[in-house]
Amino acid sequence: MDVKLFERISATEWRVAPTGAMRVPAVIFATEDLIRDMDDKVFQQVTNVAALPGIVRAAYAMPDAHWGYGFPIGGVAAFDAEAGGVISAGGVGFDISCGVRTHLTGLPREAIVERQKDLANALYRQVPVGVGAEGKIALDDQEMTAMLAGGAAWALERGWGRAGDLERIEEHGRCEGADPAAVSSHARKRQRREMGTLGSGNHYLEVQEVAEIFDEEAAGAFGLRQGECVVTIHCGSRGLGHQIGTEFLGEMAETAEAHGIALPDRELACAPIKSEVGQRYIGAMRAATNCALANRQIIGHLARQVFAQFFRHAELPLLFDVSHNTCKIEEHAVGRDRKRLHVHRKGATRAFGPGHPSLPDALRPWGQPVLIGGSMGTQSYVLAGSGTSEERAFSSACHGAGRQMSRHQALKTWMGRQVVDELLTRGIVVRSPSSRGVAEEAPGAYKDVRAVVDAAEMAGLAKKVARLQPMICIKG
Amino acid sequence: MLIGIKEGRRHCRYRSGMCKACSSAGEEGTSSPSGGAETTGWEHFAHDADIGVRGWGPTPADAFAQAALAMTAVITDLDLVRESEAVRIECTARQLDLLFHKWLNALVFEMATRGMLFRAFAVTIEGTRLTAIARGERIDRERHMPAVEVKGATLTELKVEERQPGCWLAQCIVDV
Repeated sequence: MDVKLFERISATEWRVAPTGAMRVPAVIFATEDLIRDMDDKVFQQVTNVAALPGIVRAAYAMPDAHWGYGFPIGGVAAFDAEAGGVISAGGVGFDISCGVRTHLTGLPREAIVERQKDLANALYRQVPVGVGAEGKIALDDQEMTAMLAGGAAWALERGWGRAGDLERIEEHGRCEGADPAAVSSHARKRQRREMGTLGSGNHYLEVQEVAEIFDEEAAGAFGLRQGECVVTIHCGSRGLGHQIGTEFLGEMAETAEAHGIALPDRELACAPIKSEVGQRYIGAMRAATNCALANRQIIGHLARQVFAQFFRHAELPLLFDVSHNTCKIEEHAVGRDRKRLHVHRKGATRAFGPGHPSLPDALRPWGQPVLIGGSMGTQSYVLAGSGTSEERAFSSACHGAGRQMSRHQALKTWMGRQVVDELLTRGIVVRSPSSRGVAEEAPGAYKDVRAVVDAAEMAGLAKKVARLQPMICIKG
Repeated sequence: MLIGIKEGRRHCRYRSGMCKACSSAGEEGTSSPSGGAETTGWEHFAHDADIGVRGWGPTPADAFAQAALAMTAVITDLDLVRESEAVRIECTARQLDLLFHKWLNALVFEMATRGMLFRAFAVTIEGTRLTAIARGERIDRERHMPAVEVKGATLTELKVEERQPGCWLAQCIVDV
């Protein structure tokens, strides 16, 4: 993207003043280099978002922003229901509440290395992964409703997890206000055999080594020690979330005109928060959020079962579970007032700063853990929400590296077997049902996550705490 | 008309906004014995993290069937899929492009809930209504080695249009 499109506020903040239909400015947090590498469409998309009814303060884009359906991925926007604000299915994303959780193992790198291949094989056997993999859990309609209302708390009640888990999950593992009745029979049917499955594409389960610590005190509070290993899971609400996203996107696109909303792009489909379809979507979206929370909780439990077979004392306590495709009601400053806003984060992570009341006691002084996924051959990061993230972008930060190469191009560039072998020489064991899937997800197809997290820190969105290096990657 | 992989990937390839069928239809459309088959085909087109599916043929129904082949080919090699089961699909939409979007999403739903892959499609479009028989088989993870799950068809790059008389094109981005 041409940096001349923006007014430079600082080395990591770039602004577009409102023009035309824009109601608020658009702001991108990124270095000049990252902006130059961004797709031109990010400018178009973030300025489109700035034109939506009821948007407050600004339409924001995170350092990992790239093209998305309607909203850019890495987009953050908040709407005031009292000012005609909207809710957008495209602003949440198709994989509703897709996110990341990290469990601590307390095990040193050497303990994993000793049994690395056996552990990888056991995890691969235990966690259903890839296209056509069915979970061992089949939900009837009544249980589906209970899951959609209860989230990770439901999973815990059914025996998948431990009491301490819930306080380490956003909203204590259960999204209030879910309306299972707003979830269609098609969406339910898609999920019937998908609970506890990882999916495919960029979703993964990794065993990672804490390779570098940036903030000793915060890392200590998070339980991260250099040389020890963690388990990180990236996945979302599977078929159910996608079906909901698809259905409501269509409905919102069809009803936008009747609501007096002119859409510059059909994928930007939205509805007033106070409309019938808007409320129905919010109820369904929260139910899908619970599905994602329950799904990650179950997969976390499956990982615990495997580790228990190998390491008797490894309990795998949960560090934290974050979602990066969401819309949540939060209170934020708008001018001199504090308002309850519908904050959309699409490919962006909530990043509450130190002292936030929603954080558990042990984490509150340090800020919310922000878990950033890299690619299977590169590093991931743990950040902590910073004190300035609220005023910067409604307490939001980046979510990952983002692709720099299409799947098509990746497939032409790499062979799956070659990627697996190359990673093995670097000490990373990959298990996947699909060689082609591995090629499409080759590390070189992704941007450098380091530049993204460095920019997030410089911009005051979040602070770096630790860098994680993959050792085992289970990929769909 | 039943469109299977034998009809796919003929000479007619859409490139840079023009397909060979469009540019040559006037010359050989009626004279070539295989003219009808040559005007059908499919391909993928690159799009950021996801992938585009594009089909073309003499009628919208043919283009829809070809694009469906392209969608299966996102997941696996079409030659690996057998036709052992048939599934009936129906959908309606007021506009032809939205009907295409619904058609692909109906296939995504059937693939996901039946655990199937499809490789042949008989499509009929009457007004706002599409009926189809999709033929394929249950996913065999060993044999099909599915690369990625298609989670849904999107409205992005959605187009259904008659590029030239007798050459319809249908395309959109699918989310994977």
